[in-house]
Amino acid sequence: MTTSKQVLGPDDVRRATTRMAHEIIERNKGLDGVMLVGLQRGGVWLAEALGAEIARIERPVPVGSVDASLHRDDIGLRPVSPGAVSEIPDGLDGSVVVIVDDVLFTGRTVRAALDAVGEYGRPRAVQLAVMVDRGHRELPIRPDFVGKNLPTSLDEEVQVSAEGVRIDTGGASGDAVGAS
Amino acid sequence: MTEIVITGGTVLDRTGERRADVVVRDGVVTQVEEDVGEGLGEGAAAGPDATTLDAAGCVVSPGFVDLHVHLREPGREEAETIESGSRGAALGGFTAVVAMPNTDPAQDSVSVVEFVRRQGEAAGLCEVLPSGCITVGRAGEQLAPFAELAGAGVTLFTDDGSGVQDPLLMRRALEYAHGLGITLAQHCEVARLTEGAVMHEGSCCSRLGLPGWPALAEELMVHRDIELVRLTGAPMHFLHLSTAGSVRLIRAAKDDGLPVTAEAAPHHFSLTDEQLGTYSPIFKVNPPLRTAADIAAIRAGLADGTIDAIATDHAPHTPDAKELPLDQAPPGMLGLETALGVALAHLDMPLADVVAALSWKPAAIAKVDDRHGRPIAPGEPANLTVFDPTVEWRVRPARLASRSRNTPYVETPLRGRVRHTVFAGAAVVVDGEARR
Amino acid sequence: MNHLRSIAELGPDGLHRLLDLTDHMAEVNRRPNPKVPALRGRTVCNVFFEDSTRTRLSFETAAKRLSADTMTFSVASSSLNKGESLRDTIETIAAMGVDAFVVRHGSSGVPWQISAWTTASIVNAGDGWHEHPTQALLDAYTIRQALGRTTGFDGLRIAIVGDVKHSRVARSDIAAFTMLGADVTLVAPRTLLPPGDLGDDLGVSVSDRLDPVLEDVDVLYLLRMQRERMTEALVPSLREYTARFGLTPDRARRLGDHVVVMHPGPMNRGVEMAVDPAELPGAVITQQVTNGIAVRMAVLFDLLGSGARPAPEPHTDVENTEMERA
Repeated sequence: MTTSKQVLGPDDVRRATTRMAHEIIERNKGLDGVMLVGLQRGGVWLAEALGAEIARIERPVPVGSVDASLHRDDIGLRPVSPGAVSEIPDGLDGSVVVIVDDVLFTGRTVRAALDAVGEYGRPRAVQLAVMVDRGHRELPIRPDFVGKNLPTSLDEEVQVSAEGVRIDTGGASGDAVGAS
Repeated sequence: MTEIVITGGTVLDRTGERRADVVVRDGVVTQVEEDVGEGLGEGAAAGPDATTLDAAGCVVSPGFVDLHVHLREPGREEAETIESGSRGAALGGFTAVVAMPNTDPAQDSVSVVEFVRRQGEAAGLCEVLPSGCITVGRAGEQLAPFAELAGAGVTLFTDDGSGVQDPLLMRRALEYAHGLGITLAQHCEVARLTEGAVMHEGSCCSRLGLPGWPALAEELMVHRDIELVRLTGAPMHFLHLSTAGSVRLIRAAKDDGLPVTAEAAPHHFSLTDEQLGTYSPIFKVNPPLRTAADIAAIRAGLADGTIDAIATDHAPHTPDAKELPLDQAPPGMLGLETALGVALAHLDMPLADVVAALSWKPAAIAKVDDRHGRPIAPGEPANLTVFDPTVEWRVRPARLASRSRNTPYVETPLRGRVRHTVFAGAAVVVDGEARR
Repeated sequence: MNHLRSIAELGPDGLHRLLDLTDHMAEVNRRPNPKVPALRGRTVCNVFFEDSTRTRLSFETAAKRLSADTMTFSVASSSLNKGESLRDTIETIAAMGVDAFVVRHGSSGVPWQISAWTTASIVNAGDGWHEHPTQALLDAYTIRQALGRTTGFDGLRIAIVGDVKHSRVARSDIAAFTMLGADVTLVAPRTLLPPGDLGDDLGVSVSDRLDPVLEDVDVLYLLRMQRERMTEALVPSLREYTARFGLTPDRARRLGDHVVVMHPGPMNRGVEMAVDPAELPGAVITQQVTNGIAVRMAVLFDLLGSGARPAPEPHTDVENTEMERA
């Protein structure tokens, strides 16, 4: 039996995005060398939304994307297939990379993303922005900017988009890569 | 003093078909009558040592004769010996087999021919008839001693494994054979057209990237030799025909009244070149597996008598040899133990005609029709095959009597299986098991 | 996908999947450090029974960029010369723990035979005249890149010129290009074409003249003309071959700038390529080589990394195996 519960609406997501944009600006005074890198696939729309907000509030920053599939630690354990091709903005060395994802779960995707980003150069710092932190971390990783902390159980699946946040229970395939 | 009673079967020979029990004593058929077996229960005709062979639901026919087997001895005993090949023959219902001469040394001298015959006699499972080479060492250069070999009982001469390429030499061979009472048999393949060939030349080989063996290479030589027969008047047997064109040529030659005979192998009326798509060397054979149209022509040729005999071209090769890359693996397939099952599964013709093509017609070509392929009647030599014509079965390679395992029929259901074989009055196969 | 032995076995979906995956691998190759950990702990063994330095280096580089361990077995250093069978060789190497064999062999079909003797994945790196599927993939990828054709080759006119009969590259290319929707024309004398009805069998058109085909083509693919073909009475002379089927300066002038010119290498300059390819605006021969690495990374990742695999069987102790064999 599948149940689906709407947790945040479109307005909530939009407000959270605006707040996170403010926090990113405040934390990185002047936005010197800041770039946003959305994680394929769920984090890309959020990176673009945050980029637009930051541009509206302060000034434009480079926005890119990274696909960390080839850096995952569960290759061979479950199906892995890359999403879209990574596009990392130029000048990664010495920059502040804000990795953006929709949901933070075990932390393994973020770990893979840290490795992937490291292949393009040596950032001065890496920060993490997520719309939803649903807990159940398996690695020592914590977010710097969070839209919403959302306690969940392991069999639930969290769906995030600009249209809102939903929790699905049961029936959902638990192994789709990118939901972590 | 041996006595065998075959009970409950249907006797099928060149005179027709009838329900009858068959009594065999001292190598000779002594009685062919309905229900004689029951009446004998208390021992009128049958002695206390009589072996009773149950033939219920079976056909009792004259023993089969295979015009074309490679027994590999002498020279390649790791693949087959005359004994293991004879055992396979008996299990396949054959009471006589013609051993091809491509041994090492080749069967081009009386000593080798005598060796093969003696080994066959020692095995005692069927009559092994050595063929002789047309040319010394099958090298295609110098005629083998036809008269000496004929004196040693050889009736069929061939360089099988390859054809005699030189048309002049072939003409001389046919001319010289005249009056010796022998038949030359040709492996029809113009070698220059098949260099490096692995499979039939056609759509399939284009797709698979394998060098092709064109039908033309066979048909050119069939045509050449038919014309040489017309010129010389000497009889000729055509080995393992594989193409529709060859069947047409032989049909026309027979219509012209020429003394030609022909055989086809079971794999050439049951398997197509598509089998090579697996790249398994098991399906590599010479001549190669052809197309569905060729199969249809071979079947039609057997049905209308253009092709006289079913001959297996039993060609054992060791697993090692058949695990070589396709272009290096030797051609050939096992055939003795599956011939009947393939024939009855794939040929749509009267049972009597199938048995004719397996028994009395090849017996005549091999000139052993004084003792094989005889009518089943009192006084006749007891070379008999008892087979169930309807049973469906599958080959289990590990159970084959052959030393080799290269049967292409592992995946294919066969119909019809030999139950008993009586050779020279002895039950050499009983209930599908060899007794020697 | 367990093996990549032929394009037909890959099918249209597999073909598109690998071409898409190649985009990712090409991106990895553009990074300052072109290496990902995707196939850590996997072992890829190149077994080359026929010398091909280019293909072997390309596969080796691809495996290393995915962090796989590589082994190379070439026939010169092997015991095959001492009569060891192909099967023994493969089973012995497999017992050392190999996840994929990259196989090059002079005989068509060997990858199929080998796949019966090992549970490892088999990548066909060229078998006889038959197939060279990774070459076809890199060729298709290069065309897709050069012409921006990411969804398929519908309506694209590709001419393949030369010795199709003896060419595994041609057989794989024909399969891949037609599968992607291209109209393929083979240009060669009948002596250099496979037998049969090629329209029905391979889905291509055939021309024995190059000039009319040149008027109307988007991709010109020149095959290598082996010099020994002359001795087999397949063509009278290389001079005559070049005059009829070579890309001569005159033909190059008439070729539109938009025409993509390809060659699988190594080129016979002055024979099929009778102009300097550097002077052809549409030549993509270097890109073919570059793309070869990305394509082979995609193939290896698709075979060894993309799906869930059962836990590997414990590796046989090779010492013991050798003792038993002795």
